[in-house]
Amino acid sequence: MASHTPDRMTCLLRSRIIVVGMPQPRPETALAAILWPRLPISGWPWRSAGYLIATMPVALAAITVLGIPWLILAVKLATGGLSIVDAAALVLVGVAVIAVFGPPVAAPLADLERRRLRLVDTRPIDSPPAGAGGPLERLRARYRDPRTWREVGYVCLLATVTPVLTGVLTVAVLLAVGFVASPFLVMAQRPGDTPVALGFSQITTVEQSVPYVLAGLGLTALLPYLVTLVAGGHGAVARALLTGGTSQRLRAELIEVSRSRTRLVDAFEAERRRIERDLHDGAQQRLVSLTLKLGLARLDLPPESPAAAVVGEAHDQAKQLMAELRELIHGIQPQILTDLGLGAAIGELAESAPIPVTVDAPLDRRLPGPIEHAAYFVVAEALTNVAKHSGGTEATVKVRYHDDLLTVEVGDNGHGGADPDGGTGLTGLADRVAVTGGRMLLSSPIGGPTVLCVEVPCEQSPRPSE
Amino acid sequence: MRTEPATVRIVLAEDGVLLREGLAGLFDRFGFQVIDMVGDAEALKESVAKHRPDMVVTDIRMPPGFTDEGLRAAVELRRSTPTLAVVVLSQYVQHAYAADLLDSGDGRGVGYLLKDRVVDVEDFIDALRRVAAGGTVVDPQVISQLVRRRSDPLSALSPREREVLSLIAEGRSNASIARRLFISDPAVGKHVGNILAKLDLPPTDDTNRRVLAVLAYLRNDGKPG
Repeated sequence: MASHTPDRMTCLLRSRIIVVGMPQPRPETALAAILWPRLPISGWPWRSAGYLIATMPVALAAITVLGIPWLILAVKLATGGLSIVDAAALVLVGVAVIAVFGPPVAAPLADLERRRLRLVDTRPIDSPPAGAGGPLERLRARYRDPRTWREVGYVCLLATVTPVLTGVLTVAVLLAVGFVASPFLVMAQRPGDTPVALGFSQITTVEQSVPYVLAGLGLTALLPYLVTLVAGGHGAVARALLTGGTSQRLRAELIEVSRSRTRLVDAFEAERRRIERDLHDGAQQRLVSLTLKLGLARLDLPPESPAAAVVGEAHDQAKQLMAELRELIHGIQPQILTDLGLGAAIGELAESAPIPVTVDAPLDRRLPGPIEHAAYFVVAEALTNVAKHSGGTEATVKVRYHDDLLTVEVGDNGHGGADPDGGTGLTGLADRVAVTGGRMLLSSPIGGPTVLCVEVPCEQSPRPSE
Repeated sequence: MRTEPATVRIVLAEDGVLLREGLAGLFDRFGFQVIDMVGDAEALKESVAKHRPDMVVTDIRMPPGFTDEGLRAAVELRRSTPTLAVVVLSQYVQHAYAADLLDSGDGRGVGYLLKDRVVDVEDFIDALRRVAAGGTVVDPQVISQLVRRRSDPLSALSPREREVLSLIAEGRSNASIARRLFISDPAVGKHVGNILAKLDLPPTDDTNRRVLAVLAYLRNDGKPG
């Protein structure tokens, strides 16, 4: 079948829909943006510049609060005349100041920095949770928390490395501006003035300025990258030191959530079996028995009598109710699935489908209940879709169990174009599969054919006792 | 050909007490003799060995496993006693069940019916009588699925002929088909002749042989026999 649009492979993965073949995503951080071809015309260099300029007052605050002893030490060392004892004392004081005042000072600064981080890093940030307990307890917890000391480390970096980097960048910007502006500076010269100084050399004529202008232009072209690199690097360090630490907690929570999800599914499965069994052993039995009695009574009444008409009607209604109850029980938990497992149940689905279905399901074992049910549900829904939407005249169902992985594939010869957003219940199917830890893949190019594939990992476990 | 004994002696196996009592009442009402009632497959085998009934009516799904205990017991009983008539009641259509049963012995004196059929009292009793007389009865739903599955070779049949084919496969005689479709006996005979000719099946007046031929045809993907 000729296809007019490119094949589209839609991947429904844990209920998130990913369309393969989409253009590369936009960078999420300044650092990632450096390799992006559109960097110079994008907003990233400007955001980076803004970030760096705003860093200066923060760095200044850090220096002012924690750096005084160190500044004194530096000045004294530079001017000389400092005894070893005094130097050691100053170092001790400096360390003590950081140790004692570091945490309370670092906390608000870190908060501010996390907020500012959004300028150069658009990924979500996991802020540390608020502490519990009284003020004193919280303070104590704060000093014990390794996150606090990483924040202090960040503030120290802010006070030491940032000024250096800012200085380097400022020089680069000034050089670029100076180089580019050099011809004008030369032209503005009056005889007798000192020559224009550019870096290590001096120029006196416009001709001499040409290489400088070229170098300046080159430097200007590089500036966006330089600025973005410095800001991006800063952002990466900030993310590493200020935002980590919760991932372990998140992982633990995630494990707990998946466990509880599994428990919920198991409980739901058990409940469904119970309801099915209750309805089957209770209501259905009684109803069949009642209907049988009505059928008998009908025979014993004179055919033309008013009672015969009423009993006949009651008999018909009871039969109708029997059919409805059977449908209801089937919807809750198909009995054939409970009794005979996935292979037989899929066989029954195929037999009762409105179009011919070829089944290839050499499944010789029972799988865990929730997985059987999810797989059955997928095949049932997929076959309904084939009959309703695909325009196909036949379908195939292939089931494989290999290396603890159950694979179910439903294909048709229809016109394709199945759209997960088109309300065909595909998203619901993907959700259902995701709960069992599996995934669902759909290939449905316009023109067909459609193939729906479900993979569910399952550890072999004995059938739950009944 | 076997003749129907004056009173058909039945062993009934059904784990639901209510339904078991209901069925027993029904059988009594129509002149069958229920000589024993049991609630599981093991008890069924013991009871048959003890009472030597003419017919066994059993639920497929029974304790302890609630899967196909009744069917396996029925097939086993048929193997050891090929003359024993057996009717199994199934919760749902399972072709393998019907096939197991039809293949046990010569396919005569067996019935495979959905459990819900018991409430259509007269039809159910009619089916029991046919099985007791050595006939073969297969649930209409099984037949309709077989007929639908075999759509290609059956497309040569007219809708009416297909209807008649289904009724043959269910195990009905010409007279029964005529009553069901409100047509005359000779008309049924004509349809039957056409069907057998179109499907390349040997013509026969023996209802049982005809049923088995049609069933075999439907089950064997259209290859005669």
